Amino acid sequence: MMELTNPILLTVILINYFTLGSARLGACIRVVALQGALLALLPLATHGVTGHSLILAGGTLALKGILIPWLLLRAIREVRIRREVEPLVGYVPTLILGALTTAGSFIFADFLPLLEQHNTGLHVPTALATMLAGFILLITRRKAITQVLGYLMLENGIFIFGVLLSESMPLLVEAGVLLDLLVAVFVMGIVLNRINREFSTINTERLSALKE
Amino acid sequence: MLELLITYPVAIAALSLLITNYQMRSWLLPLSAAPHLGISILLVCDYFPSYGNWIGLDALSKLVLITTSILFLGCAIYAVGYLDIRRDRGNKVMVPCLLIFLSAMTLAIVARHLGLMWFAVEATTIASAPLIYFNYNRLSIEATWKYLLICSVGIALAMLGIMFIAYSALGVADPISLHLDALLQTAPQMSRPWLHAGFIFLLVGFGTKMGLAPLHTWKPDAYGEAPGLVGALLAGGLTSVAFLAILRGLQLMTAAGDGDMARQALLGMGMLSLLIAAIFMVRQPDIKRLLAYSSVEHMGLLAIGVSMGGIATFGAMLHLINNALTKGGLFLTAGNIQRSFGSKSLNEVRGAIVALPISGTLFLMGFLAITGSPPFGPFISEFTILRGIFASDKMIIGALVLLFLAVVFIGMGATVLSATQGEPGDQPAQFFDRPLLYISPLCFMVIVLIIGVYIPEPLQAALHRAAALLEVQP
Repeated sequence: MMELTNPILLTVILINYFTLGSARLGACIRVVALQGALLALLPLATHGVTGHSLILAGGTLALKGILIPWLLLRAIREVRIRREVEPLVGYVPTLILGALTTAGSFIFADFLPLLEQHNTGLHVPTALATMLAGFILLITRRKAITQVLGYLMLENGIFIFGVLLSESMPLLVEAGVLLDLLVAVFVMGIVLNRINREFSTINTERLSALKE
Repeated sequence: MLELLITYPVAIAALSLLITNYQMRSWLLPLSAAPHLGISILLVCDYFPSYGNWIGLDALSKLVLITTSILFLGCAIYAVGYLDIRRDRGNKVMVPCLLIFLSAMTLAIVARHLGLMWFAVEATTIASAPLIYFNYNRLSIEATWKYLLICSVGIALAMLGIMFIAYSALGVADPISLHLDALLQTAPQMSRPWLHAGFIFLLVGFGTKMGLAPLHTWKPDAYGEAPGLVGALLAGGLTSVAFLAILRGLQLMTAAGDGDMARQALLGMGMLSLLIAAIFMVRQPDIKRLLAYSSVEHMGLLAIGVSMGGIATFGAMLHLINNALTKGGLFLTAGNIQRSFGSKSLNEVRGAIVALPISGTLFLMGFLAITGSPPFGPFISEFTILRGIFASDKMIIGALVLLFLAVVFIGMGATVLSATQGEPGDQPAQFFDRPLLYISPLCFMVIVLIIGVYIPEPLQAALHRAAALLEVQP
């Protein structure tokens, strides 16, 4: 299974680009779901088929691949929003920014004092690139839902790094972390709905009454 | 017993969904908070064994546990009175969320596994989001969204920090474990770069939750729009819990022999917090936002206190208790004042002492206490922190801290005095002091006053033990 990790991680990076460059929210949610599903394979591909990695993979697939995207798709159906219009920064600049940060991640990962067995893998650079792509999404988009997607990608990036040390995280804690993520997205979905009801939009620049 | 302390609030939260009587549901809060405090006292006094691999109490967590428990009991009693006059908003969400919040805070305090602690802290974020949104209006939804998103992202970074710490132990310990005790033992052999990076991310992540500048941006909004009792719990309880999480990182760094670097980072953020708070507190027209910036200021003081070491760490431990209770009292009375005037802005709030004799007076006392006037507790703790700063020959830092504290005193004083003094406007008062709504802040202020006059021997010993955990072990 080891030879599978690199294709998986490369696809994860390509998905980062897709979300950075696409205006269609439904498609973005679906590819982030795909990213989550791919991440579910990662523990299996990295550590082989053990009880721990099987359960982790199952939980990740169920939550990141199915349940959370379903919640988000339901949320955008309820608020009837399909496209991200007028992002704060255009799609081409964000894509370029994404490419630059990915390149930076690969260069930076070379300088990190990694253990020998992790030096050649793509785990660390992909983790960094995915986290940064999540951050870019969080910063440059106006729609509250895209910000949730950015948060999810940030979590995905951290997950990739976590796979390197998944043996250190007891299953109970992993389950707790995933559960937290699920409930957080669920609550965010509710808040999203309320924002839409109050403001008739989910653009977050309208959330600007509270300031000095 | 510890397990019980964490699980039974959740059970009562579930029970509250089945109860149909409005008042009975509200009374569940104090009814579950009281045994929580009782068991906590027994645990802190070592009547039950409370040390385990996963959850357990040490001197630091004992301090935070007892503080949080007292604060929660006070807020729970206040909540009964508050929910009674807020029947328009109901208590079906508030009561279970508060109980789950209590359970998550307790778990975060007693956790001795970094992953478990992370889980609990994130759970507190989620459980408190509906509490901030209690008022169901545009402003509260904006505050909730900012709180939820900023804190979730912050906590995600803390997770990265925990993973970096785990990575630093890779190759040293096999299998690596994130149990605090195991980590403290292997700390001297850990890979330094990863440990440092881990601590910084931990500091940024939990610092967001704690509200250290420059990561405090959600704080004025969330505290300003949340009901007073939620503000009290966040400013007094949750910040202490997040601070404890940062202290765990500091413990690790100290055990690894790199405590100095961690202390410098804490000092930098602490000073910045004081500066930002001082700037925004001058001419602040909103009493609750004022309190939020005051919270940023005191988080800064806590960070500076532990960064100095020695006697200042002792001061910071004492300040943690003082800050929690004083800030709790301030937020609760500010809630009463807001209810009476229908506003929290200085444009409408005038002469609170005339309109609400007890709440207004307590608010004024709380202001005097939190700005470090004798004879209240914060005076002793702030003075001890300052003594520690000067004792370690950091004159410039000491002078700057004094300057910021003076600016805060003037800025906060201007707002609080014009809110409490004078004659209220001629609009009819909508609310008068009620025993349920002033008994808790009154008790908090009495405790703070007692600490200011005399620190009981057992408390002093407990503070010393907690401070000793943060010092370099010989």
